[in-house]
Amino acid sequence: MTGNLKIGVLYSRLRVEEKKIFGTLEARGVDYDRIDDRHIHFDLSQPEPWRRYNAILERSISYARGLYATRMLNAWDVPTVNPARVAEICGDKVATSTALASAGVPQPNAMVAYTPESALDAIESMGYPVVIKPVVGSWGRLLAKINDRDAAEAVLEHKSVLGSYQHSIFYIQEYVDKPGRDIRAFVIDDQAVCAMYRSSNHWITNTARGGEGDVFPITPELADLCGRAALAVGGGVLAVDVIEHPERGLLINEINHTMEFNTLMPTTNVDIPGMIVDYLMAVARREIEVL
Amino acid sequence: MSVVTCPECEAEITLEADTEVGEIIVCPDCGVDLEVLSLSPAQIALAPMEEEDWGE
Repeated sequence: MTGNLKIGVLYSRLRVEEKKIFGTLEARGVDYDRIDDRHIHFDLSQPEPWRRYNAILERSISYARGLYATRMLNAWDVPTVNPARVAEICGDKVATSTALASAGVPQPNAMVAYTPESALDAIESMGYPVVIKPVVGSWGRLLAKINDRDAAEAVLEHKSVLGSYQHSIFYIQEYVDKPGRDIRAFVIDDQAVCAMYRSSNHWITNTARGGEGDVFPITPELADLCGRAALAVGGGVLAVDVIEHPERGLLINEINHTMEFNTLMPTTNVDIPGMIVDYLMAVARREIEVL
Repeated sequence: MSVVTCPECEAEITLEADTEVGEIIVCPDCGVDLEVLSLSPAQIALAPMEEEDWGE
């Protein structure tokens, strides 16, 4: 039953995922609007045009656009999937690591520094190799595996001179010698639904970088870990990336709040857009409170 | 079926029947990303360049 519910889908690009979500909404007869984030504006004194939506699915390809949109919408009491409080944590690696640490969820060791000098100190205290990641970014872009002091000095200088201010928030992560793969799990609220290995000969295993998918059965350990990780960042519809540490076992690497599933869905045969729409409609009916 | 011309290399591209407005297609000749602006008439343009905060 979709009743008289009005749904919005905020998006930037019509990727495979958006086509499947739109197809699911149409197959179910849901009254929805496609909202291209390049063609809208928000009048902060006029929330009414947005309040006609019972829920909005945020699928912006831009982290900043999605974050600001959900902040405004949530402030106007318009529920979003996911809400701004989740995007704020998942879209920022420092915020994610902080939330996971507060909840006692295992993750690779990480350090944060603000200057090349203090970052070098942090790297040397952690020991080589390390990985430097931008605090905001995705698809495995601009990750740097630092094997020695020469590389550290070069990368830190380049980031501080050439990058925006965010590139001088140095996020330094322990390099985990994982077995040529990581695990991507689809999680709704705190329930792991399906998962796959992402394998690659490269140390970066994102499928956006050519990693290949293979089904991974949800084990009790993975389900427990993903559930705790999801709760730590506020729940919702999430893709949780897990890596296998040779001594510490499963660790949470990152959590994505506007997940892509063009590899996960055919690999696992799970109707991911259907489940996203189920969740979205429950939020629209206020059966699930996200605000 | 609609045929459009790549603005980068002038290759002729036939749009699939299920093509939607906003979809990104890749020019088979030059490999550039193209966005479908409309279907009737069929219009395409170079897709926006990837930005730093793009992702999932």
